[in-house]
Amino acid sequence: MAGSNDQFKYEKDQDNIVTITMDMDGPVNAMNTAYRQLMGDAVSRLEAEQDLRGVVIASAKKTFFAGGDLNEILTIQPGDKVAFQSNIEITKNDLRRLERLPVPVVAAINGAAMGGGCEITLACNYRVMLDQPGVMIALPEVTLGLLPGAGGIVRTVHMLGLQHALPLLLKGTRLKPRQALEAGLVNELVAEPGQLLTAAKAWILAAGADAAVQPWDRKGHKIPGGNVNNPNVAMGVNAAGAMLGKETRGLLPAGPRILAVAAEASLLDFDAALIVETRGLTELALTPQAKNVINTMFFQMNDINGGKSRPQDVARSDVKKIGVLGAGMMGQGIAYVAAKAGIEVVLADISLEAAEKGKGYAEKLLDKAISRGRSTEAKKAALLNLIKPTDNYDDLDGADLIVEAVFENADLKGKVTQQAEPKLAEGGIFATNTSTLPISMLSQASRKADNFIGIHFFSPVDKMPLVEIICGEKTSDFALAKSFDFARKINKTPIVVKDSLGFFTSRTFGSFFDEGCRLLEEGVDPILIDNLAKQVGMPVGPLTVLDEVSMELMRKVNETQRDLGLYGTTYNVESSDRVGSRMINQFDRAGRHYKGGFYEYGADGSKQIWPKLYELYVKPGLEMPLEDIKDRILFRQVIESLKCLQEGVLSSAADGNIGSIMGIGAPVWTGGWIQFVNTYGLSRFADRCRELADRYGELFNPPAILQEKIAAGEQFA
Amino acid sequence: MSETAYIFDAIRTPRGKGKKDGSLYTVKPVQLAAGLLNELQQRHDLDTSQVDDLILGCGQPVGEQGGDIAKCALLSAGWDDSVPGVQLDRFCASGLESVNQAASRIASGWEDLIVAGGVESMSRVPMGSAGGAIFNDPEISARLGLVPQGISADLMAALDGYSREDVDAVALESQRRATEARDSGRFDRSVVPVRDHNGLVVLEKDEFIKPNTTMEVLGSLKPSFQAMGDMGLDDIALRKYPQLAAIPHVHTAGNSSGIVDGASAVLLGSEKAGQALGLKPRGRVVATAVLSTEPVLMLAGPGPAAKKALQKAGLTAADIDLFEINEAFASVMLRFMRDLDIAPENTNVNGGAIALGHPIGATGGMLVGTVLDELERRNLKRGLIALCVGGGMGIATIIERL
Repeated sequence: MAGSNDQFKYEKDQDNIVTITMDMDGPVNAMNTAYRQLMGDAVSRLEAEQDLRGVVIASAKKTFFAGGDLNEILTIQPGDKVAFQSNIEITKNDLRRLERLPVPVVAAINGAAMGGGCEITLACNYRVMLDQPGVMIALPEVTLGLLPGAGGIVRTVHMLGLQHALPLLLKGTRLKPRQALEAGLVNELVAEPGQLLTAAKAWILAAGADAAVQPWDRKGHKIPGGNVNNPNVAMGVNAAGAMLGKETRGLLPAGPRILAVAAEASLLDFDAALIVETRGLTELALTPQAKNVINTMFFQMNDINGGKSRPQDVARSDVKKIGVLGAGMMGQGIAYVAAKAGIEVVLADISLEAAEKGKGYAEKLLDKAISRGRSTEAKKAALLNLIKPTDNYDDLDGADLIVEAVFENADLKGKVTQQAEPKLAEGGIFATNTSTLPISMLSQASRKADNFIGIHFFSPVDKMPLVEIICGEKTSDFALAKSFDFARKINKTPIVVKDSLGFFTSRTFGSFFDEGCRLLEEGVDPILIDNLAKQVGMPVGPLTVLDEVSMELMRKVNETQRDLGLYGTTYNVESSDRVGSRMINQFDRAGRHYKGGFYEYGADGSKQIWPKLYELYVKPGLEMPLEDIKDRILFRQVIESLKCLQEGVLSSAADGNIGSIMGIGAPVWTGGWIQFVNTYGLSRFADRCRELADRYGELFNPPAILQEKIAAGEQFA
Repeated sequence: MSETAYIFDAIRTPRGKGKKDGSLYTVKPVQLAAGLLNELQQRHDLDTSQVDDLILGCGQPVGEQGGDIAKCALLSAGWDDSVPGVQLDRFCASGLESVNQAASRIASGWEDLIVAGGVESMSRVPMGSAGGAIFNDPEISARLGLVPQGISADLMAALDGYSREDVDAVALESQRRATEARDSGRFDRSVVPVRDHNGLVVLEKDEFIKPNTTMEVLGSLKPSFQAMGDMGLDDIALRKYPQLAAIPHVHTAGNSSGIVDGASAVLLGSEKAGQALGLKPRGRVVATAVLSTEPVLMLAGPGPAAKKALQKAGLTAADIDLFEINEAFASVMLRFMRDLDIAPENTNVNGGAIALGHPIGATGGMLVGTVLDELERRNLKRGLIALCVGGGMGIATIIERL
């Protein structure tokens, strides 16, 4: 008997086993309004069956089931709490009904079972999983600022115990089939798709009388390892809380809420625990953090990687051979990531020795990967084979793309551009990896300025997921599209910005350490400056950053800008310029890799504030509210980002959000430096700007674009 | 205040090491308390039917120590059926809280004779047994950023600038003083040997003291809270105290209070009760105070509590002859002396919990006896007792020798 609904196909076989094959409208199966209807109907029909022997839940999609409806979560407002909660309850009740059917229910997992998908399988009595690449199971809600609200916490706690459930819940770890089997999250693996249903049905036919009863519905059920009243379990929960506190700095509420729900669930009756879980999800769905993370790390990330900033009318290109000029830190990293993507790389430097040294970096990374079981000798050989070190530009012949990564010196860059450009293949483009020099100016050295573009990589290139593509005045759509396709091919997320001093990332990053220097000049304790920056979520404080990138580098950048007559024309870094010059000129302290900077560095890796800094700057007894210091660090960067949007340096909020999080350390809880304003509230943000401007100067004045958006009643979309 | 709250006697068990190899591990907590009740009755030929209440503090009031252990101790000691008992928990202050509540009730004129003290068998009912939202609820921990007391102790050392040498020196002096006090018999009036079912002595004197302690030995001990701090708790504490670059972990098993077993009992009453029963007052309670301070630092309460009690009494620190500050951690003692601007010469003159141990719920009652004995021995007038308490609380009691 076949079902009438083709989204949840209902088929009963000769053994009276019903297979429900999920094939919802749209690209994936998802936990949305349609799902609630479909699952509810299916379960009702199953309950009405008379001679039912068992049930198999399967999927007709490539993925098993994708998870919750993030659009729904993104839009809910405090007034929607009751409706939101009742929808969760419907989902939960239906899964509860499913697992309480008098017959065994088996999940046949043919593809990724993420979030809600994983939760459906947990409400089955048995899980069979296809052991093939791409098939995985996970509860990744925490990474979106949410919690698994369809029974995922309660069921994993009851099934695995707190000790084993918490890592899955708190990290959202994606488990491949073997790992899932080891973790006890699935029961059986099959090698071929065709074996899924066979194995599922075989288990049903062989199952004993109690196979239809979930462990937690059996009399005398105990949570593995015990509940949180057990001192050992309590200790584990406390340790998990401490680690979360360290990782999230108290800025991301999802982890702590998951921990709290899991701990409480271990004490409660199963159904009561489900209610507590529901309340937790409702709470998290309304947090600005969840909305920020979902907005930026899911929707905008998909938009950006999907080509939102790429000219649509240019055909896709495939870069097969690149040249990298300069085998220094950046060049060697670019060579590695390109070769990793299967691209032939010519790594050129002034001497073969220098070029070979650059290739050595790739070898080092691969050896490390092999030692960690993440690569093999064969892969290493294949990858290294793609990188040709050379001191001869003739080897660049036929390159689809040449990236120059030589020193930040306009003359030098011009020289290598002129030498290398003729070697480009027909339709090839030339990119500069400058972080600060104007592209239009550098392009003057090029014979074809329309084929000249900026591709700004971040250090270390193999770890940093972002590239900033900068279009000069004459850069063509063709060059942009080609750069974009290259970035995607090497698995980087590309933001596209306009050619303006410091582009987006360097300029905004500059405002971060400039504000650190301003605070220092106003007499704030340097420890407080760095600690409070970390408290708002910056990876490290501004003074630490300046020590790491070095004040010498900053000095050179400012000097170059002065030589070009551009210094101070676009943005303000007066304070860091002044403090940096003083540290270098008077005290010979240019940074960590020089003779120390704001900090003194011990041979054992220890560091402490250079004592004289207190004498030079710190005003004892200064009473600046800690909240002001924190906001100054945040707001300077946000205001700079808004100005970039206002000036068209950024063409979209998404570029600013993704660029700030992935490139310059904007905390993920903010959703990026533009999105931060949306959930902070535009008017409230403007008010706070004015307050800070009154106290700390005009740099905090709200930019015009903010007023425009407020007047239009819009957000930064 | 209509009545004076007199102290007729204050006794305690010796402190036994609070582990399985400690002498008092084989003795039930209820028996530790009952033994003291028997001693009080015998010493004073006490008509127990005249006792209005027994208040016993206990920091882990579960299992063997649960179910209102005070009433059970009375029954076990064979006191008159008419005597009620109540157990209370204010963490480390439980014992002194018992004394303070007894004093207040007597001072109010509503009751005349109360036994107050505490009991804690840390070997049999270990710390953490009672659980508690303040310690184990991850929701509370995440929201409030609370850290365990050891981290707070190190945080206090960092804030005040106490070095490892500073805190070890406190420990060394505590051991020296405690050794001398015990060996010269200064505790003998208060300490009642613990006996087994057959009347044989299980433990006669404090056994936790380590007379051979040296700075070298202390310096060789590993910081107790480093691993915990590294796991993330330091970061959580620093969120509240961003002026610190880091928390150096200076507290060890050697400069923190010892884990011990023991009980205390203080007999308090009104003038009328004393006369009726022929009890001679040894001292009186002058003032008491309890309050709470910032909970992450947690251990800063004793100084403010002492000041509050002094203010109530119309006194200043200069009017106090002897101070007893519970040495939960060495930094607590140093902070207390700094807060009150007092000297080591009249603070913890017979050592403290670092040497003797800190049987959580019993300690406050023990310290009342310790300071009263010493006031008598030195022919001095006033003593002040203070303890730090979980959650940021602090407690203090001022007594006067008569």
